[in-house]
Amino acid sequence: MTIAKFVGLALVAGLLGAGPAGAQAQKTVRIATEGAYEPWNFTGAGGQLQGFEIDLANDLCRRMNAKCEISAQDWDGIIPSLQAGKFDAIMAGMSITEEREKAIQFSRAYANAPNGLVVEKTSALAKMPLTGERFDLGRDEAGARKAIEQMKPLLKGKTVGVQGSTTHAAFAEKYLKGTAEIREYKSTEAHDLDLAAGRVDAILADSTALQGTLKKPEFKGYAMVGPNFNGGVLGRGVGVGLRKADAELKGQFDKAVQEAVADGTVKTLSEKWFGLDITPRS
Amino acid sequence: MDFAFMGQAFMTLIAGIPLTLQLAFSSVALGAVLALVLAAMRQSGILPLDWFARGYVFVFRGTPLLVQVFLIYYGLGQFRPTLQEWGLWTFFREPYWCALTALTLNTAAYASEIIRGGLQSVPHGQVEAARACGMPRGLLFRRIVFPIAVRQALPGYSNEIILMVKATSLASIITMMEVTGLAHKLISQTFRAIEVFVVAGAIYLLLNFAVTRIVMAVEHWLSPHLRPPPTPIATPPEAAHV
Repeated sequence: MTIAKFVGLALVAGLLGAGPAGAQAQKTVRIATEGAYEPWNFTGAGGQLQGFEIDLANDLCRRMNAKCEISAQDWDGIIPSLQAGKFDAIMAGMSITEEREKAIQFSRAYANAPNGLVVEKTSALAKMPLTGERFDLGRDEAGARKAIEQMKPLLKGKTVGVQGSTTHAAFAEKYLKGTAEIREYKSTEAHDLDLAAGRVDAILADSTALQGTLKKPEFKGYAMVGPNFNGGVLGRGVGVGLRKADAELKGQFDKAVQEAVADGTVKTLSEKWFGLDITPRS
Repeated sequence: MDFAFMGQAFMTLIAGIPLTLQLAFSSVALGAVLALVLAAMRQSGILPLDWFARGYVFVFRGTPLLVQVFLIYYGLGQFRPTLQEWGLWTFFREPYWCALTALTLNTAAYASEIIRGGLQSVPHGQVEAARACGMPRGLLFRRIVFPIAVRQALPGYSNEIILMVKATSLASIITMMEVTGLAHKLISQTFRAIEVFVVAGAIYLLLNFAVTRIVMAVEHWLSPHLRPPPTPIATPPEAAHV
C-alpha cells in the first residue's frame, strides 16, 4: 500500500467515525476543575470528583442540554490549557479578575465568598483585630487599606502561605509584600500541610476553602482571624472560565447560571457544601 | 511569538539563576563526598558496609526524585515534635535545606555507582606494578588509582551534573523560587506558557552548555596521554617535490 493510499483510507475512516457523533443533537462540553479545593471541587475517597462545582456543573449541563465531561487539571496551568483547547470550560473556584479577563472570558458569577486568614489559636497572630468584619476592596478601598494597616504590625516578619496563581496570591503581593514573607504553593492542601507543620505562620485563602480545612481533626487548634476581604484584586465572584472565541458557549452558560441562581439551585448546593449561602448578589 | 515579551521574561527568570546554581553545585559537591564514602563502602569488602551501600543505592536510585522531595519536605513535616526533640527541626523547617537534602541524597546514589565503575576500571597490572615498586597504599591510591579512576568516571559524571542542574527545577514544588518557580509565577500572571517555558528552557540550556564546556576542559587536562604529540615546528623542504 502506498503512503498516499494509506492516508486516504485513514481520512475516510476518520470521516466515517466522526459522522454519527457529529449528527447527535447533544454536544459535549469538556469542563476542567482542580480536584484539590475542598469543598468546591475535590477528589473523594473512591477517586471520583465531588464538590459544589461538580454538582453545579452537572446541573448547568442539564439546563444547557449538553453532555459534560469533567476532568481534574493542575491549577497553575489551567488557563493556558483552556486556550490550547484541552477542554472547553473551567469551573475551579476561579474568581473573575481583570488580569484573567485579558486572557479568557467568564460567564456570570455563580458564587461570591470573601477571603480569610487561618492561624494557630495559641500564636500571637490569633490576636488579630477586626475578626469577622468584611471589607470590599472594590467599593471601599480606603477602608480596606486601613484594616490591612491594622493587621500589618502582627504580620511583620511572619511567613504567610498562599496558593500560587490565585487572587489570594495577588492580594498578598499587592498588600502584604514587604511586611510578611509570602510563600506560594501548588494547592491549598499543600499550604494546609505546611501550616500544620509550622513552616508557615498563617494561610490566606478563600474563606469557604478555609472552613473546609478547619473541619479536619488536625486543625482543631486553628481558627480564622482578622477581617475578610472581597472585590478588587480578589475579583468579582467566581464564574465559568471560557475561551474568548466561544461566544455561543458563554451565552449558554450565562443563561444556565442565571436560571440556577434564580430558582435557588445555587443556594441549595451552596448550603449543602459550605454550610452557608454564597450566591452572588446581582 | 512575542520577542519583546520573551526579553522581559528572560530578565525576570535570570533572577532565579543564582538559586538554581546554588542548589545544583551544593548538591553535586556534597553528593560527591557522600558518593566517595558509599563507593569506599562497596569496595571495602566488609559485608555490613557493602550491604548498606547497596541498599542505599537501590532505594535512592529506584525511587523518583519527586517522591523523595515530597517525602523529605511534607513527610518529615508530620514528625515535627520528634524532630524538634532531636534539634533537627530548624533544619527541616526550611524548604531550601529540604530541597538540598533530597538532591544530595539522590545524586550520591548515582555518583557512587559512577565512581565505583571508575575505580574498577583501573587496570590491575598498573596497581600490581606500583605494588612491586613498594608503593604504600595511600600513595598508590593518590598517584595511580585515583587519577585513572577520575578520568574514567568523568564522562559519566558530567551526565550526572547536567541531570542535577535540571533536577533543581523540582525544588519549585516546595515553594523555592528558582528558574522554574519563577516561570510558573510569571505564567500565572501573564498566562503565556509557551514563551515563558521556551525562555526557561533556554536558560537551562545555557547553564548546561557552560557545564559541558567546563567538564570538557577538565577531561582535556586529565588525559595528556591521549592527545596527539606536538607537531614538529620545522617542515622539511622535500615536501615540495611531491
